[in-house]
Amino acid sequence: MNPTDILLEYWPRLLDGTLMTIKLTLLGAMIAAIVSPFFALVRTQASPVAQAPLRLYISFMRGTPILAQLFLVYYGSGQFRPFLQEWGLWGFFRDPFNCALLTFALNSTAYQTEILRGGIMGVNQGEIEAAKAVGMNRITTLRRIVFPHAYRIAWPALGNEVILMMKASALASVVTVFDIMGRSRQVFSRTFDFSVYLWAALIYLCITAIFVLLWRLVEQRLSRHIAPKSSAHSPKETSV
Amino acid sequence: MFELLSFGDAGWGDEMLRGLAITVQLAAVTLPVGLILGFLAAYASLSHARPLRFIGYSYTTIMRGLPEILTLFVVYYGVGLLLNALALWWNPESRGIDFSPFAAGVIALGMVFGAFAGEVIRGAFNSLDLGQAEAGRAIGMTKIQIFRRIQLPQLWRFALPGLGNLWINMLKDTALVSVIALNDLMRMTKVAVGVTKQPFTFYLTVCLIYWAMCLASEFVLAWMERRANRGIRRA
Repeated sequence: MNPTDILLEYWPRLLDGTLMTIKLTLLGAMIAAIVSPFFALVRTQASPVAQAPLRLYISFMRGTPILAQLFLVYYGSGQFRPFLQEWGLWGFFRDPFNCALLTFALNSTAYQTEILRGGIMGVNQGEIEAAKAVGMNRITTLRRIVFPHAYRIAWPALGNEVILMMKASALASVVTVFDIMGRSRQVFSRTFDFSVYLWAALIYLCITAIFVLLWRLVEQRLSRHIAPKSSAHSPKETSV
Repeated sequence: MFELLSFGDAGWGDEMLRGLAITVQLAAVTLPVGLILGFLAAYASLSHARPLRFIGYSYTTIMRGLPEILTLFVVYYGVGLLLNALALWWNPESRGIDFSPFAAGVIALGMVFGAFAGEVIRGAFNSLDLGQAEAGRAIGMTKIQIFRRIQLPQLWRFALPGLGNLWINMLKDTALVSVIALNDLMRMTKVAVGVTKQPFTFYLTVCLIYWAMCLASEFVLAWMERRANRGIRRA
């Protein structure tokens, strides 16, 4: 079959897969984004003893294949079935989407925590002292001084992490989640037409490209006060 | 639980060890392939010839944007089809060639490693001191001599941390070949799970094995970095 025929015939499936990939990636990254600031604070401010379990968790998540983590959650939960049923959690672990989402969120939390830790440590100590000098309490300092600056430093690395998450989400197809990869495998097993994988590659590249563009726009907005003034001739525009 | 992981007929220890051997072999063979591709990619993207630069940039950009598992599938099925077509064209009566999953794994993981390594090496090359290459030229060294005696030793020092990270990522990515039926550590574990019905025990064990390999790699890499930087004064 002609490569375009494959696309014309199976585009609804691929579109469905694309939406699933985006859903999985964004949800996973967002759950991690909610948890990781707290973990990052523990990593920068708590005592070494309090940090130990967190460090172990991060090291484990970064030192094992995400496929093994996914299998551990999805298949491994089966070993505790009676227990999980008793607690009413079995329904959650039986669904491959939930398991994939849980795995990706746990994995991304580890990475995002380390990235944010780097950002927090990059905040100028003088700024924190200044905040203390004008009488800000700890929470206000974190909210107004530390985190805005830390996120600005960490932003590009966080974007890379989301892209890695998007690429890793293709692994969900191995546990029968129908994302782009899952749909492509389904179409391939039906048609034996190899070109569907090339279409899948194109879709992944498009998602990455669009994401990089959007991320850079936000980055520009986050650092608009330190951006080089490109329109020096028209002062009105620089105030945007 | 320990009986399940013991060696011999009762346990799965020896099967998993054989799988581990395949995983280590795969990573060890992929590393030189990836490094060579990385150097070629860096050479292409630093080249003055526009078409070469375009090829270098396209390769690194595309490969870095694709999921590793998709690359593996494209290589496994795509190259398999290509080889079969070539075999049929060469000899219409041949029954086609079996493309081994091991070779597919090496090519796919090597291509991914090469794309990331290309960026690392390019960055390292850009941070070299230009004056030293000029000095080399001034005393009449050839381009190859300058590369081998001046640039390469320092390139190594700048690129080592990045390449070390890539090695660890690649080691973890070898788990993907279990999906295309290579009997690596991950797949042997799956087989063991199928028989024993103890998924959590076995997948946790396999995680611990990968974790140990990554920690050992980090340890060796830290030693290599100290060694590579031994001639450098610390600020």
